[in-house]
Amino acid sequence: MSLLELDDVSVTYRIASGDVPAVRGVSLTLDSGAALGVAGESGSGKSTLAMALLRLLPRDARVSGRILLDGEDVLAMKWGRLRAVRWAEASIVFQGAQHGLNPVRRIGDQIAEPLLVHDLAKPDAARGRVTELLEQVGLPAWRARSYPHELSGGQRQRVMIAMALACSPRLIIADEPTTALDVMVQAQVLTLIKELVAQQGISLIMISHDLSVLADVCDQLAVMYAGRVVEHGPSSEVFHDARHPYSRALAAAFPTVGDPASRMAPKGLGGDPPDPMHLPTGCSFHPRCPVALDECPTLDVELWAAGAGRVAACIHAKPATATAPASAPATEEPA
Amino acid sequence: MTETQTTAEAVTTTRPTLLEARDLHVEFSSRGRRARAVDGVNLAIGEGEIVALVGESGCGKTTLARTLLGLERPTSGEVRYDGNPLTYTSKALKTYRRQVQLVLQDPTGSLNPRHTVYEAVAEGPRIHGLPDEQDLVSKALSHAGLRPPDRFFLRYPHELSGGQRQRVVIAGALALNPKVLIADEPVASLDASVRGEILALLLRLRDELGLSALVVTHDLGLAWNIADRVAVMYLGRIVESGPVEQVLTAPRHPYTQALMSVLPESPERVVLTGEPPDPTRIPGGCRFHARCQVLASGKAAEAGVHTRCRTEPLPILPATPEAQAACYYAETTTP
Repeated sequence: MSLLELDDVSVTYRIASGDVPAVRGVSLTLDSGAALGVAGESGSGKSTLAMALLRLLPRDARVSGRILLDGEDVLAMKWGRLRAVRWAEASIVFQGAQHGLNPVRRIGDQIAEPLLVHDLAKPDAARGRVTELLEQVGLPAWRARSYPHELSGGQRQRVMIAMALACSPRLIIADEPTTALDVMVQAQVLTLIKELVAQQGISLIMISHDLSVLADVCDQLAVMYAGRVVEHGPSSEVFHDARHPYSRALAAAFPTVGDPASRMAPKGLGGDPPDPMHLPTGCSFHPRCPVALDECPTLDVELWAAGAGRVAACIHAKPATATAPASAPATEEPA
Repeated sequence: MTETQTTAEAVTTTRPTLLEARDLHVEFSSRGRRARAVDGVNLAIGEGEIVALVGESGCGKTTLARTLLGLERPTSGEVRYDGNPLTYTSKALKTYRRQVQLVLQDPTGSLNPRHTVYEAVAEGPRIHGLPDEQDLVSKALSHAGLRPPDRFFLRYPHELSGGQRQRVVIAGALALNPKVLIADEPVASLDASVRGEILALLLRLRDELGLSALVVTHDLGLAWNIADRVAVMYLGRIVESGPVEQVLTAPRHPYTQALMSVLPESPERVVLTGEPPDPTRIPGGCRFHARCQVLASGKAAEAGVHTRCRTEPLPILPATPEAQAACYYAETTTP
């Protein structure tokens, strides 16, 4: 059974000048022990979606649809229940570990805090658990007595992961967990995350704009553009053989070193991300799309099947028969 | 690679040297100890050449870039531009900085939010009292891909996308018609889709204006995308350098090999433990020996160089354009 199920989730920010639709009708499921990568550029709605999962959005955000965590609707939870769910069932590792830690408290106390707040351990037992957690993320036990400034960026990110693990959650949401880190440290942190997912059966949602990193860690990849999922499927297939031109552009942005095709040929995507208050008509990607057709500005795109276990919201992935004016079910022969 | 005493002029290069670091040392005092941030570097950047300087944070790459810009004074050694050593009078530096310009990492942080695009780009020409300011600004903006330029004159940074802001920063550097750009992580804070566009811009500026560039980065994919040559820096020294095709397809220094191995999709990972060591305590012998996977695996001992690795300091690599690595083991494997 799936651990997390998103059903037509939309998030709209209400600001003075009007409504800003940040997430528009996203449906995704995550199985227990699986890892899902969510890719997209700034403004694609990926972080808003992550925050919505635990209702961490500001007051001016309106969330609709259903978010089922273990069958229970997060959006309908009372405050007390929600507090219990946060940390204990699902926790978040934010980007920028520099700002996530309290500079004047020792690391050990900060890791123990969720345990104590949730009455999951008495202070003495919590100390033991902190040692255990530090070990799991590859830090020596004496680091519990350190302050955040005594740690390097990679070590702080490990502490953030230890905090997220403290209450043994079943789901971890990692929002750009390695963005500010060096390559070598990034590799260390990614290896750690992969091990935790594999060994402890924790489910993972990882958010990044780097498709190559997501493909490395996650089994499934969802690519978001302008608040919608535009492609979803097994991660290596989406990464190596994307069906949506936007996913293709993201995948090509980080070249494979040694590939003659990308030598002296950086690949980017022209144009700018759309303004969510003035989204383009039809397929929102059409103004930047290198393979747009005449009907794209008016076409209502939806996620069409694009191979085994894959969907893509692009006219080029649309079943051939369905492109005909009278949209018939996608079959080989007309009935 | 036996002629360790030669400098760039002695070797026939295809491009005449424009900017050069000769036996450069930069030291800081840090809590009573000396930090050797740049500890003996020879590096030459030819006319119209793009060199990538790669390394982890703390390896001294930013200090080296700042010293090349004349923002730090070397403890010993010299920076040479167009054949002449840099002098550190304010008048000489002012002239120098018309030739060698800096492009900063974070466009949001390096633009004044209350200055229009025009004011941001016109700042350089005003400081240098150049005539035809508006013409210079227009040209710089269109070279940076913001066309038509007058449409951007009165815009403020917050009205622009991340990629456009980075283009404004680049236009600000171009306004003085420099010969060299020194770019510190020019795309690290940009979205994946914009990244390729900015890199393509740097390549185009080289083709159209003959600009040279030193791109400081931790991103090997960037080097593969745009650089002619790459120099890998570790703890204050360049440990491997040469043409990108050679260094990045057949790295010879174990540190370069480790950096390459943690790229997504590389078959076998060498995840170095720990973070880059401290520039106040540079190990004796080869400065990488404590983390070296080749030494740890016993392969260096088989080749009979392990004692030298631990005790004998390596000579400083010369500023030759050919591929070279500062490694005893690499010397034994190639004639």
